[in-house]
Amino acid sequence: MIALPAPKPEVMGRRDEILAGLRALVPGDGVISEPLRLRPYETDGLSAYRQPPLAVVLPSSTEQVAAVLRFCHENGVRVVPRGAGTSLSGGALPLADAVVIGLMRMNRILDVSFTDRLAVVEAGVTNLGITKAVEGEGFFYAPDPSSQLACMIGGNVMMNSGGAHCLKYGVTANNLLGVKFVTITGDVIEIGGGHLDAAGYDWLGIITGSEGQLGIVTEVTVRILRAAEGQRAMLAAFSSTEVAGAAVDAIMASGVIPVALEFMDRPCIHACEAFAKAGYPLDAEAMLIIEVEGSLEEQDALLARLRDICARFDPISMRVATSAEESLAIWKGRKGAFGAVGRISPDYLCMDGTIPTGELPHVLRRIGEMSESYGLAVANVFHAGDGNLHPLIMFDANDSESFRKAEAFGADILKLCVEVGGCLTGEHGVGVEKRDLMPVQFTGPELAQQRRVKSAFDPGWLLNPAKVFPLSDNPLLSA
Amino acid sequence: MSAVPDLAPRTEEEVATALRNAAGPLAIEGSGTTMGMLRPVQASRTLSTRKLTGITLLRPQEMVISARAGTTLPEIEAALAGHNQILVPEPPDLRVLMGVPDAPPPSIGGLVAANLSGPRRITGFALRDAVLGIRFVNGAGEVLRSGGRVHKNVTGLDLCKLLAGSHGTLGVITEVTLKLGPAAERVATLVVRVADEAEGVALLSAGLTSPYGVTGAAMLPRGVSAGGVAGPVALLRLEDVEASVTYRMARLRAAMPGGEVLEGEASRALWRAVRDVLPLAPAPDEAVWRVSVRPSRAPGMVAALRDGIGARVLLDWGGGVAWVAGPATAEAHAAVMAAAGVAGGIFILFRAPDPLRAAMAVIPPEPPALAGLSARVKAALDPAGRLNPGRMRAGG
Repeated sequence: MIALPAPKPEVMGRRDEILAGLRALVPGDGVISEPLRLRPYETDGLSAYRQPPLAVVLPSSTEQVAAVLRFCHENGVRVVPRGAGTSLSGGALPLADAVVIGLMRMNRILDVSFTDRLAVVEAGVTNLGITKAVEGEGFFYAPDPSSQLACMIGGNVMMNSGGAHCLKYGVTANNLLGVKFVTITGDVIEIGGGHLDAAGYDWLGIITGSEGQLGIVTEVTVRILRAAEGQRAMLAAFSSTEVAGAAVDAIMASGVIPVALEFMDRPCIHACEAFAKAGYPLDAEAMLIIEVEGSLEEQDALLARLRDICARFDPISMRVATSAEESLAIWKGRKGAFGAVGRISPDYLCMDGTIPTGELPHVLRRIGEMSESYGLAVANVFHAGDGNLHPLIMFDANDSESFRKAEAFGADILKLCVEVGGCLTGEHGVGVEKRDLMPVQFTGPELAQQRRVKSAFDPGWLLNPAKVFPLSDNPLLSA
Repeated sequence: MSAVPDLAPRTEEEVATALRNAAGPLAIEGSGTTMGMLRPVQASRTLSTRKLTGITLLRPQEMVISARAGTTLPEIEAALAGHNQILVPEPPDLRVLMGVPDAPPPSIGGLVAANLSGPRRITGFALRDAVLGIRFVNGAGEVLRSGGRVHKNVTGLDLCKLLAGSHGTLGVITEVTLKLGPAAERVATLVVRVADEAEGVALLSAGLTSPYGVTGAAMLPRGVSAGGVAGPVALLRLEDVEASVTYRMARLRAAMPGGEVLEGEASRALWRAVRDVLPLAPAPDEAVWRVSVRPSRAPGMVAALRDGIGARVLLDWGGGVAWVAGPATAEAHAAVMAAAGVAGGIFILFRAPDPLRAAMAVIPPEPPALAGLSARVKAALDPAGRLNPGRMRAGG
């Protein structure tokens, strides 16, 4: 289990006074303190951890966010920013003495320019909501995390979210032009805007993916892109993970980079097929889903090349979609992968390490060995082009020993990712989940350097404390 | 800029030792190509990374390269050409623009430290976006890493982004790891004659909002020419597999009648010239600025600068960036600042005589809250203020 810092007695003792102060800043029903109404905020996508906060504040403007942060700063109150609460790493897990600032009421689209290819939206607009607002003109917002129906752009900025299509279009950081940023002292700063690149320090770059450590983003300017004329998928199944890994390498070296390149291993294929009836090959050890874009002629030409590449690796079977419907059928199982695994196991942990793609066969073999020694099943699904693994470790949350083992298994996988030249997290963030593993990837001086940068923004460590950085050696956050 | 740096360490450890032993401030440079940019550094000694050379990792199937900071752009491009890969952001060689044509070619560390990107920036990837990992030495002489060698990595604060574009003020970059992309099988450029900037930028916008994956969108205004092409023209580039370029160029031409197509080497040479800002050809006594704005604001801004200071301009990034040449005077600088401000954009002074760049704000002033953050972040990485003092802002 992961330790959380002890609540500050001086804050807990002034609870009523703090609630009154917050209510003066965010009038109406924007401050929640009743235990029953706090329940929905006590956890996020990492539901093994739960902690009701002191209060939840739901501001409806940047000015209110600034006022609340200034108040918290002046009163030494910890703050946990929250978007939709879909974090898989516990990024929005509250603390008992913290005020959760939820941005869901800030959900307006403020400006769209097709000629300048940008949209300005409030932080609580959902990821898919941006695409919905511009798709009528044939545009879209590129990063597409699995939770895109629910997750909010403010949270995407804070976690630098990815998705299946970032192989071509990049992650959140590559698709931002500006943010409105509120510091812990309540200063509102405009960073970037409609233009490209910064003249001074790259504030947009350091804020993106900072997991709420540096401040709160209330507005976001994103690049919107004109969608390709169409897209189509193919499926290729192989007799071993080694061969499938070699096929991935060959595709990436070929000069034809697909828009998506997804990998599923045998347990995942079986779980998805049982759930989605997508017609996946049950005799395969590994399967690739490959998607290309363009006009029909371009799709044909690209798919023919990719089929030729896959054919060099003796596939068990290949299926090239001939229509949009057949493409959807190929994606159907993959899109439902997490739900499919959820059906065969009461609970699972979704890991998120990244490895150099050349290490794939070795890493999958080691994960298989670990699965046997821990006695826990694992299904692997991941973004093969960029080496971002999502092993799903199945366990039973009602059995504390099973949960303990699953966490240890997950930690071993992430250590392995770092050992082979990769990292602890590709797109889900460190959160509380991987906080204590940070010394596996970073040296003491490297962590100290990151902490000093955090302190430059937040000297009192009030912003989302107990996430990202280990608690040890931090007098401001003793457990 | 010094022809022979006082310190040119050959290893990362030597960089660290030099910084730990430094008695006072140091000017930090790579090849020195862009030391004429921004403000003159207030330091009597120079440390160059030009002798930290060599490609340390090249995995084409993983689309990744690592190179020590002093490795030059031509060396990297040559190594990648053998594997049909490229640096997607297309970092420029600005020696001619900067008035130092005989200087050594730009180093990859210097390019990252200045976050310089070429025409393909418009596809979404600045050089800072291609940086997967950095090794650097902070002002206290500690050897540190951020990022890594994998394409997706959100572990911890992204110090790569802070270092990229910090012009050596936060750390000395010793090695970078960059994401690669495939080299196109075919390159073709549609050249469309236009009346003025308004029509030109509208045409670039039409290209960039088409579904055809335009990878370059520049405009040569009247009186500016490159590769035998004379302005005013709008340029739209396609780079892809053979069949895609054929199909997409036919569709673009149909949408933009009257255009001519440049293929192969003629097309490549044209975009190399745009990348390196050669068409601007400033006179030796002229100043050069780079102004970034929302593309739709570019025509008005260019008109204001042409009327105000007789500026000559090259537009790239769909009109989102204007390279501006004009008189090296305080009045002209004030006019560029004002025009950028009115257009809601930013400016960087790239080239001017030392007294001018020492006296002016060479990048937009920061509001007080941001200035405070800048000072604290600088102190977090370079507590004694040894690295490139005054390079970006007076006293900072």
